[in-house]
Amino acid sequence: MTLVAERPGVVGRPGEPEREHGPSGIVKWITSTDHKVIGKSYLVTSLVFFCLAGVMAIMMRTQLVSPDNTIVSQHTYNELFTMHGSLMLYLFAGPFAFGGLANYLVPLQVGAPDMAFPRLNALSYWLYLGGGVTMIAGFLTVGGAADFGWVAYAPLSDAVNSPGAGPDMWIVALLLTGFSAIFTGVNIVTTVFYLRAPGMTMFRVPIFTWNMVVTGILILIAFPVLTAALVMLWADRHLGTHIYSVAGGGVPVLWQNLFWFFGHPEVYILALPYFGMVTEILPVFSRKPLFGYRGMVFATISIGALSTSVWAHHMFTTGVVLLPFFSLMSYLIAVPTGIKFFNWIGTMWRGSLKFDTPMLFAVGFLVVFLFGGVTGIFLASPPIDFATHDTYFVVAHFHEVLFGSAVFGGFAGLYYWYPKMFGRMLRESLGKASFWFMFVGFWVTFLPQYLLGLHGMPRRIAEYSASTGWTSLNRVSTVGAYLLFVAVAIMVVNAYVSWRRPIQAPANPWDGHTLEWATSSPPPHHNFYRLPPIRSERPLWDFNHPEHTTRKYEESMHRGNRAPASVPVGDGARGGDGVEGSGAS
Amino acid sequence: MKIESYVLLFMAAFGAVICAVYWFTSYEDAGSIMLGAFGLLGLLPGGYYYWWSRRMSPRPEDDPEATQAQGAGVVGAFPSTSIWPFVLGAAALLIALSLVFGFWTAIFGFTLAVSAVIGVIVESRRGGVL
Amino acid sequence: MPLAILGGAIVLGGCNAPTFGAFRGATTQGRDEFKLWVGFVIAGLAVAALVWGLIFWTVLRHRRKSNDEIPRQFHENIPLEILYTTLPVVIVGVLFYFTVVTENEVDAVASHPAEIVHVLGYRWGWQFTYDAGDGRPQGVQVATAAQPALLAQPARSKEYPQLVLPVGETVRIVLTSADVVHGFYVPAFNFSRYAQPGVTNLFDFNPTRTGVFRGQCSEFCGLYHAEMLFSVRVVSDSAFRHWLSAEQVHQAQAGTGATS
Repeated sequence: MTLVAERPGVVGRPGEPEREHGPSGIVKWITSTDHKVIGKSYLVTSLVFFCLAGVMAIMMRTQLVSPDNTIVSQHTYNELFTMHGSLMLYLFAGPFAFGGLANYLVPLQVGAPDMAFPRLNALSYWLYLGGGVTMIAGFLTVGGAADFGWVAYAPLSDAVNSPGAGPDMWIVALLLTGFSAIFTGVNIVTTVFYLRAPGMTMFRVPIFTWNMVVTGILILIAFPVLTAALVMLWADRHLGTHIYSVAGGGVPVLWQNLFWFFGHPEVYILALPYFGMVTEILPVFSRKPLFGYRGMVFATISIGALSTSVWAHHMFTTGVVLLPFFSLMSYLIAVPTGIKFFNWIGTMWRGSLKFDTPMLFAVGFLVVFLFGGVTGIFLASPPIDFATHDTYFVVAHFHEVLFGSAVFGGFAGLYYWYPKMFGRMLRESLGKASFWFMFVGFWVTFLPQYLLGLHGMPRRIAEYSASTGWTSLNRVSTVGAYLLFVAVAIMVVNAYVSWRRPIQAPANPWDGHTLEWATSSPPPHHNFYRLPPIRSERPLWDFNHPEHTTRKYEESMHRGNRAPASVPVGDGARGGDGVEGSGAS
Repeated sequence: MKIESYVLLFMAAFGAVICAVYWFTSYEDAGSIMLGAFGLLGLLPGGYYYWWSRRMSPRPEDDPEATQAQGAGVVGAFPSTSIWPFVLGAAALLIALSLVFGFWTAIFGFTLAVSAVIGVIVESRRGGVL
Repeated sequence: MPLAILGGAIVLGGCNAPTFGAFRGATTQGRDEFKLWVGFVIAGLAVAALVWGLIFWTVLRHRRKSNDEIPRQFHENIPLEILYTTLPVVIVGVLFYFTVVTENEVDAVASHPAEIVHVLGYRWGWQFTYDAGDGRPQGVQVATAAQPALLAQPARSKEYPQLVLPVGETVRIVLTSADVVHGFYVPAFNFSRYAQPGVTNLFDFNPTRTGVFRGQCSEFCGLYHAEMLFSVRVVSDSAFRHWLSAEQVHQAQAGTGATS
């Protein structure tokens, strides 16, 4: 069942659909090695985990609505925040980006027929699914799911303090999903390095794909460390080693070092893909090229490199780390992030901005992420961190950056690429309603949490007494959480409506710039029949708007001394009014 | 191929420099080892790519003036369906669960893993044309 | 110009500036942190206002007017890009300078503290043992009275231990943990530090005003983490000596007592 893919182009077989006499139904899903099927599976699975984790968040916010509340027990609350964090970080935010959207889009954006290792790609999905289900299944064990926080600090996570099968299932779930992430990282990097279309030089690769390359490298740096740390934790729990326990001469703080050496690159593994999505969306809805393409690439690589040497800013209050070093490195990350911000604004500057739902979410991302980023600068200062560490100030900060990127950025990407993936449009009115609920709900939820943190409310507490004076701010925050719930529910309704009453999507509904819009929606097996010439980082725009190209493009054409017309291109790539097989899903 | 190698070599250089700075300011082992390993992770593939990039003529994807016709021909062999990733995934799950529930699930797991490995090798040998 | 604002904000901060929701700090260390905080908030809000302003300006100003308009396709401006690369470097350089200065003040430990308190965190309570400044044991120990109740009580209730400190004196805290990682957190002092097994952390408090302050474990430590409370009572030096000698007598009579 192997197909020898050929480059699309004059020599290829134009327009001839490949024979599809393979299996159908669930067997087709299980046996598929097509990156588009795997990407969609990842996408749906990770969104299911997102909704589960969101329900847990709602339960926690409901518990905190009044002092001394007993809606859930302390034990249940501890399970809830552990699993909320684990699901959101390990099973949603990462896999949604690098398993879902990147898996689907990277081959399309570089003009490749599939990922470099299709079977490895399928394996990584099955590992992810198995790991995710295992983690959730921890709730079914006698002692309940893991309840030591998503960071599992030793020695709280050892066999004495956290006995039972639930914590063990959490560990093996992370081993499985860790390998899944590593395989996907390898696959993405190899695909971009080896399967680009002719003319697609590295400095013409779309920024989303660039960000995925750096994300892939970061995955390769970070996840093996987590895997090693987890294996040692398991050995401590079951084989009687004492790597993290003082009693046997071990060093508990080693876990924190290993975990955060994974954990901080992981934060950028969760953020960079969403930066990339926003970077794709802003130019399209501004009808302009990206401002400072090279600056953007260098900023991404710098963020990737710097993110490896800031891990101990999570450990400022341990008293055993080198404060100035980690403080300085953490500050320095603000520089490339600032470059990105100014480039995003430069892209919109004097553009022709149209606020469809993807653009709304993308601009929403800019607004909310900025505030999360500024409070991140505060936390990079050890004295301020001493005052706010492990309080709701930190909770609010990382929700602003992670929710800002993974949900605002992620939903922007979802609304933007949904027509390409599923061949049908989402409703604009529902999308905009969802955005406004989310934008308002976001501030109502997290601004009070900053104040709660400054008033001394620690994170991960199941209850508080009325004498603390935290009640009213907690109430406001809970109301905000319900608004966020409504926003996500509207999104689900939107998907349901588009499924029941489809509006067919054209090949290029947004007048996109990059190659994924040059093929039908959804794309055929092995993606392309023809490709437009690639002479800049937005080949499809150059093709559709030959009179509005950039100077770089003109120079490239001039040097090559080739007129655009001499390059063989099919009609199918024309934007706006989709052709070839659009809509079939 | 050059740019690709530069990205990785930049990571390697950064890792090496930071490793040195960190070691001489903190003398902390775990972090220094990890930073050094990060440098090596950039150096190995990056050096390999760089070595190759000097010995090969630019590929069509490295040529800014390439036409689509230049890249025509066989790109590679892409399996369109295969059951073995699923089988191997199930095997990995069973082996991993043996860390929680005891050795017996690993027996099934290893059986499945062996059959998946055999299956995928046979599939690759037989493969080729659809 | 932004630098002037930044530097000025950090230098002037603390005087009569608004608190931006934070505690002013009831120790000299906490006050130093508070000054830094005010400077950071002013600088941060200034930067945020600038960037938000640019975003909202473009969003409001450059909306699409007609469907076939195509704006000028500019895509770079090297001097501008260099400017907004170097400016953040300078800003974070200034922030880093003030951070290091404050950090050294907060982390400085005196050579001759007036009192040494050994703080031990355990699941789920605290134990405070008082030594004299020269390390001589004074036979006073205060600890959590009972296992955690099912509902959290106000931090001043009897179940939770109280750390009594003299105002205006340097008190050394020697912090460690008996089991898992805990967080010794006194919000009003703007300070927290992990209590870790196998690690002993030292730091000083110089309380500047009397009062009772809430304290709590901040690092998640298992089932009853939410109830690992304590309080800090700062009293005048004479009242502290009086309390100490009364406790010495009381605890000597009661044997090795752990009362509050």
